[in-house]
Amino acid sequence: MIDVNVSLSQWPFRRLANDEPERLVARLRSLGATEAWAGNFDALLHRDFAAVNARTAEICRRFGDGLLRPVGALNPTLPDWREDLRRCAEVHATRAVRLHPNYHGYGLDHPAFAELLDEAGRRGLIVQIALRMEDERCAHPLFKDLTATDPAPLVPLLDRPGRPKIVLLNALKNAAGGGIPRPLLEAENVWLDIAMLEGMEALGRLVDQLGSDRILFGSHAPFFAPEAAKLKLKESPLSPENAEAIQRGNAHRLLAR
Amino acid sequence: MIWDGHAHIAGTGEKTPEAAMARLIVAADRMEIDRLVVSMGVSWTHDPSPDDLTRQNDQLLRALDHWNHRAFGLVYVSPKHVEASLREIDRCVRDGPMVGLKLWVAQRCDSPEADELAHRAEELQAVIFQHTWIKAGGNLPGESTPMDLAALASRRPEASFICGHGGGQWELGVRAVRSLSNVAVDLGGGDPTAGVVETAVRELGAERVLYGSDIPGRSFASQLGKVFSADLTEAQRALILGENLRRLLLPILRSKGVES
Repeated sequence: MIDVNVSLSQWPFRRLANDEPERLVARLRSLGATEAWAGNFDALLHRDFAAVNARTAEICRRFGDGLLRPVGALNPTLPDWREDLRRCAEVHATRAVRLHPNYHGYGLDHPAFAELLDEAGRRGLIVQIALRMEDERCAHPLFKDLTATDPAPLVPLLDRPGRPKIVLLNALKNAAGGGIPRPLLEAENVWLDIAMLEGMEALGRLVDQLGSDRILFGSHAPFFAPEAAKLKLKESPLSPENAEAIQRGNAHRLLAR
Repeated sequence: MIWDGHAHIAGTGEKTPEAAMARLIVAADRMEIDRLVVSMGVSWTHDPSPDDLTRQNDQLLRALDHWNHRAFGLVYVSPKHVEASLREIDRCVRDGPMVGLKLWVAQRCDSPEADELAHRAEELQAVIFQHTWIKAGGNLPGESTPMDLAALASRRPEASFICGHGGGQWELGVRAVRSLSNVAVDLGGGDPTAGVVETAVRELGAERVLYGSDIPGRSFASQLGKVFSADLTEAQRALILGENLRRLLLPILRSKGVES
């Protein structure tokens, strides 16, 4: 199983049972994970992305015997973000970068975001965009006005020359794909994870609508209990082929250059 | 044994209450859930009229008809319509198969009108499930907080309350009802955020924590995941997954002669 939505370090507003790497690795392994794409909670509020990404890479090297695959954090509104991107690709050997536009105060219509897509596409990096990190209704009072990132401005950017591979994290809230424009749901270079997918038999209903080949297993651990995502595969009647694609095959193909 | 304390027939995608209930049971079977506690009808309004309450309760009665061995019902009532609600309680609980009350968002439950409904529930040994939330962006005008429920529960110490959604922001919800032994918290209807179960057990004791899903708007998977992932003893997990709910319902089930 490949979990494409995991974070290291500490959630800013609460300690979590598995926010130490040893425990996180043990929990993911116990559920059958063979690989976990690990971003870093520090990227939400810290500004020294070079340090955040160095820590992410170091933790992934030290813990998990290869289970953890580092995902670099980027903010294209920061000065010299291209150097952060270069270090992700050349120093830390990351295959993916993760963006948190709502925490970093920009929309996907920001010109620098399009430039980031081009640069990531040119380098063959996967771009993960976390549309939200938690239910907005549960936000800390200081963040009560923080809304989820609107994915709509992404639509006209999909065909840019670099053809970046884009993964929308925490985007799907139900099988109807509410809030996500249809062109994104149908785009060949957009993948979606299931961490926040809700509703009875929702994964099966989603596969009925979109097919299974761009749906990825993502748990949003350790903020979410990773068992929740795993049990979604049990709740829906999926063919073995579809279950395998969601749990492993699609992420594996996504990584192929 | 898994008893799910928070289910609905609205939103399954099926056209009739009977079909909706059957669909819930199929998914429940897949997740090894033995019993469901179901409330409200196939379409909802925030402030239901007396006729709407009756219509929704009729739909639920139809849904339960063939599933009395798998599902229990809560009668949908509103503090805005006390007389009509008391009639519905008598019709659906005293004289019918339902085992508790469901209050949603028509009027906050710290109102005196809610006391009358709670008093009637107490007489019938029926549980009272009150939706609660503390929303960062503000609640609906009639939407109760756990603090509202605490106010009601402190006035009716003999009644048995369930704090729906644990208040949403569960770190606050658990605190709000902590001192009230007649209030249990429902885990259903929120994201599978790590720590919710352990926090509730630490502050309330495992005996006051109930698994629920809020199916079909939520998945069984995400809500069960909270309990299966939690750092608990197996005895605590069994209490939360079903034994606590069974214990709360046992008096009224016995009074109805229902095997459980």
